[in-house]
Amino acid sequence: MTINPNQPIKFSPLHRLQWEEAQQKDVILYPEGMVELNQSSAEILKLCDGTRNLAQIVADLEQKFATKGLANDITAFLEVALKNGWIQQN
Amino acid sequence: MAGSNKTKITPPRWLLAELTYACPLQCPYCANPIDYANYQAELSTEDWKRVLTQARKMGAVQLGFSGGEPLTRKDLPELVKHARDLGYYSNLITSGYGLTEEKIVQLKEAGLDHIQVSIQASSQELNDHLAGTESFQLKKEVAHLVKKHGYPMVLCVVIHRENIHQMPEILAMAEELGADYLELANTQYYGWAHANRDLLLPTKEQFEQAEQIAQAFKEKVAGKMKIYYVVPDFYEDRPKACMNGWGTTFLTIAPDGVALPCHSARELPGMDCPNVKDYSIEQIWNESKTFNFFRGYDWMKEPCSSCDEKEKDFGGCRCQAYLLSGDMYAADPVCSKSPNHPIIQEAIDSAKASALADNEKPLIFRNSKNSRLLS
Repeated sequence: MTINPNQPIKFSPLHRLQWEEAQQKDVILYPEGMVELNQSSAEILKLCDGTRNLAQIVADLEQKFATKGLANDITAFLEVALKNGWIQQN
Repeated sequence: MAGSNKTKITPPRWLLAELTYACPLQCPYCANPIDYANYQAELSTEDWKRVLTQARKMGAVQLGFSGGEPLTRKDLPELVKHARDLGYYSNLITSGYGLTEEKIVQLKEAGLDHIQVSIQASSQELNDHLAGTESFQLKKEVAHLVKKHGYPMVLCVVIHRENIHQMPEILAMAEELGADYLELANTQYYGWAHANRDLLLPTKEQFEQAEQIAQAFKEKVAGKMKIYYVVPDFYEDRPKACMNGWGTTFLTIAPDGVALPCHSARELPGMDCPNVKDYSIEQIWNESKTFNFFRGYDWMKEPCSSCDEKEKDFGGCRCQAYLLSGDMYAADPVCSKSPNHPIIQEAIDSAKASALADNEKPLIFRNSKNSRLLS
């Protein structure tokens, strides 16, 4: 499963992304399960709102953190996310 | 407590709210206690709201509304709304009985996240026999409606000797119904399942064949459907890491308000389980005798106390140790290192003999009459 670079990416409506105060972490919630996210994974997923494609997500994050060369890491993480059903395309 | 070697207490993450023991079904492997009919009193709506609020504040985030049949509680939508306002991810664990489209919509609007529907078998005849209620068609309709209204749909099938031969049909049914998750839960032998074990425990060959079929299916539907496979620990060499360790993660509240580290814990002797009507969740979780009873490793006996796997499985299940050996401090007899391990083979042999007998005794169905008779 690979990310289609032309299509927007959206967070799955069958999952919920939420900040957990008690854990001081963002988590993904789904039936009978929870995944704890590190900060960078959470930042990526928050941009998966169905309006941005891969290149736009990379550009936004590079701008936000004033850095370059994030494309490989972000793509790798989004492929894991797609495989796990956390995100969708079309 | 500086200088003390007390176990560090982690906050609860999962709250199982057993709203009621009332249920229109009579499944002979029900996880409710055999003597459930003795506990008639149910918490009020306000009690439940307080419990949800207090547990959420401590860090609980996954919430299961269970029972019995939770739909028999008229205040379910109100409790779901309260849970959503608090930020829980809420799961409705239901037989589907009494779940109309109107109710599905109402619960969605209240903020329910997911619905898990149980189906007893892949054929109407066997489903209705095991459930003790005509319910097969209705359950399939409910499964369709759950999908239609945008919930993740989890189909749960408890596996045992009466339905294990239907594994291929069960998997086909899950695919046809469009399940997002399929829970294949091999029966765990507590409560009613313990009473019916001779009739429910499959042979090793049956289990291995069914597992192979399920494994091949899992690969086939990867990316479309997730399979939760609950292993039958009687055919394992090591026990399950029950509840992820006592008092580390899971909190169950029984219909009458008793707080339990697992849903069978009230059957253990001398546990004096606290009630949410008398104490706050924080007091119960951190200070009660019950929740501290099997925390950490100090309570262990040999072979657990010197075992290099004790941090992996915590000596297995305390309730199973008690149920099978009479000693709740003993290693779970499932473990091949346990001196009580032969009990497991005896149970397997006994079930096999029962299956081959000319006059197999009938299943004991879970209902109030049998509950009173047996307790």
